[in-house]
Amino acid sequence: MKIAVLSGKGGTGKTLVSVNLAAVADKAVYIDCDVEEPNGYLFFKPTSIDTKKVTVQMPYAKAELCNGCRKCVNFCKFNALAYIANQLIVFDKVCHSCGGCALLCPKKAIFEKEKEIAEIQKGVSGNVTVITGILKVGELSGVPVIKMLLDVQDADNELTLIDCPPGSACIVMESIQDADYCILVAEPTLFGAHNLKMVHELATLFHKPHGVVLNKCLDGQNPSEELCRQEDIKILGEIPYDEVLGLLNSKALIAVRENDKYNKLFDSLLQTVIKEAQHETVVNS
Amino acid sequence: MRIAIPMNDKNLDAEVCPSFGRAPYFLFYNSVTKESEFLDNAAAASQGGAGVRAAQVIADYGVKALIAPRCGENAEKVLSNAEVLIYQSIPGSAQENIEALLAERLHLLTEIHPGFHGKQGV
Repeated sequence: MKIAVLSGKGGTGKTLVSVNLAAVADKAVYIDCDVEEPNGYLFFKPTSIDTKKVTVQMPYAKAELCNGCRKCVNFCKFNALAYIANQLIVFDKVCHSCGGCALLCPKKAIFEKEKEIAEIQKGVSGNVTVITGILKVGELSGVPVIKMLLDVQDADNELTLIDCPPGSACIVMESIQDADYCILVAEPTLFGAHNLKMVHELATLFHKPHGVVLNKCLDGQNPSEELCRQEDIKILGEIPYDEVLGLLNSKALIAVRENDKYNKLFDSLLQTVIKEAQHETVVNS
Repeated sequence: MRIAIPMNDKNLDAEVCPSFGRAPYFLFYNSVTKESEFLDNAAAASQGGAGVRAAQVIADYGVKALIAPRCGENAEKVLSNAEVLIYQSIPGSAQENIEALLAERLHLLTEIHPGFHGKQGV
């Protein structure tokens, strides 16, 4: 079972929720898809690290073969190619490595070279297999890294927690594509509710069964909770705005491994999520 | 000499568009024949690489001078390879900018920004 944890903005508690749900399970895989700023490994401190390079294909032209027909330039929807002064210019940072230009070239003048854009680390932390994607500084798209991250995982039947990047853009869509269930983490603010609305729309658009974890809950109004009631979104659980939890987090400790109260809270949350996800699978099959 | 200017409107009295790659139109002005022509910028709605595509069009038109308030690094690379000079526009209409260029009152654009790459410009 694959469970994606997402939120419309950073800092709402995606990592807190996904790390603790993975840690409280008997056995789980944790995948950090927040490749621009992965931080789950800071909590898990995995050992026996196995490293893999992520590369993409970058086109280049052999000038002596190119006849300047510009089929490639006109084909590229990302405008990564220009043909100026009898020379093809490739803009690596604009290129999405689709390979179309090389396929299309009637003179077979376009070749591809590998370019390293990220590293994937796989390690172990107690009951959890920790897989982390680390995008190189200056790289613009983490999508190829996420594709490979989700392939690294061996067995489909294992409980997998996918810690998504913030927001609702391409990189998040890629992260939730194979998920069986989405947990949306939300803050009790107007801004939090606005961002929750965005990821709720995304999960709905992708036909992903989903529910909300209300994080940083205080007494009084919670605009995110109100949104859930209005839109009839399932509330999976609540995490209090608590100094003890904050302190554990600030020391990069995993709450469920340190504190009984949070062990119970996340264990019960995990059971709820699994039940919800299984229920949805039955209903939809 | 052919001159190009990114424009918000198809009108010589209109102001220069603040964006190069995503300007709705380009004005091409021939300083010899004094003829002007407006072209829809096909790159304006591109998801990315608008500067590259727009610069390719400018180069293909045989432009020698581009007048713009700013230019991204990708577009600059295309334009410099095509030996197009980029002049910094002054506040005012396209007509005023053309006159200023011909009177040698415009300066070459020295600051090239790293591009917005899908992010909203200021």
